[in-house]
Amino acid sequence: MENLNSYLTVSAILFSIGTIGVLTRKNAIVIFMCIELMLNAVNLTFIALSRYLGNLDGQVFVFFVMTVAAAEAAVGLALMIAFYNNKESIDVEDVNMLKW
Amino acid sequence: MEQIIFYILAAVAVIGTVLAISEKHPVHAILYLVTSLFAVAVVFYLLMAPLVAVFEVILYAGAIMVLFLFVIMMLDLGHPEKGFSPHWREWLPALLLSLVSIASLVMVIVSRHSQLAVPAAQSIPIREVSRRLFQGHGVAVELISLQLLFALVGALYLGKQQASSPGLPPSSAPERVSGSEEKSP
Repeated sequence: MENLNSYLTVSAILFSIGTIGVLTRKNAIVIFMCIELMLNAVNLTFIALSRYLGNLDGQVFVFFVMTVAAAEAAVGLALMIAFYNNKESIDVEDVNMLKW
Repeated sequence: MEQIIFYILAAVAVIGTVLAISEKHPVHAILYLVTSLFAVAVVFYLLMAPLVAVFEVILYAGAIMVLFLFVIMMLDLGHPEKGFSPHWREWLPALLLSLVSIASLVMVIVSRHSQLAVPAAQSIPIREVSRRLFQGHGVAVELISLQLLFALVGALYLGKQQASSPGLPPSSAPERVSGSEEKSP
């Protein structure tokens, strides 16, 4: 059995890849996907620490994180559909209605 | 044995994620991400959390990603992203920032937890997890259910508003025409 370091390192790498995706992509749906990815990396940290500290609260919090991710996806995708009906595009560069 | 499986799964997860963020085609990106999520789910199973592994597959790969896929197909975004040929100048700041964060996280992890003892592999029954969830965190479960209800109401409101568009800004002509057609009868 390997130690805790490898799990936490994989989680950190996944989180940072998600950050790169958020910073570089222009498609709003792909940006949302990268946010889900970052939440998933945090879940991996929760589970690994819950296993190694012998505490079940980590597993319980993963359920809460998953619920937040699901709610965020529902509301965000509804917003994106509403925006697409206005602008015929979901590029984040076209989101400039508040700019003057 | 378990170690080899973990390294294979970690490689699958990281490579799938890298392909997902560098793929032009949104549908392909989502499929790569589903692969990565499956690998992470098996890692959860290796960490003695079978319930979380099952929910990872059902909720993330099954519900959320299919929702993304539906939206992409409904909005007809299946064609590759236009103008997605990032110059190295656009990638460089993001890469630099994330390398800094990876390096600092790994340094903190290695310096703090290297001597943590490995507990014996005992499987936790689902009864134990659910008792902790509903008895120890009952208020949090109620709050999270309220949050799901708010998300449902918000999504319904947003979907309803764009069906009968009364107060849309005059940005797209066909939208207004269809709205006036709906109002006239």
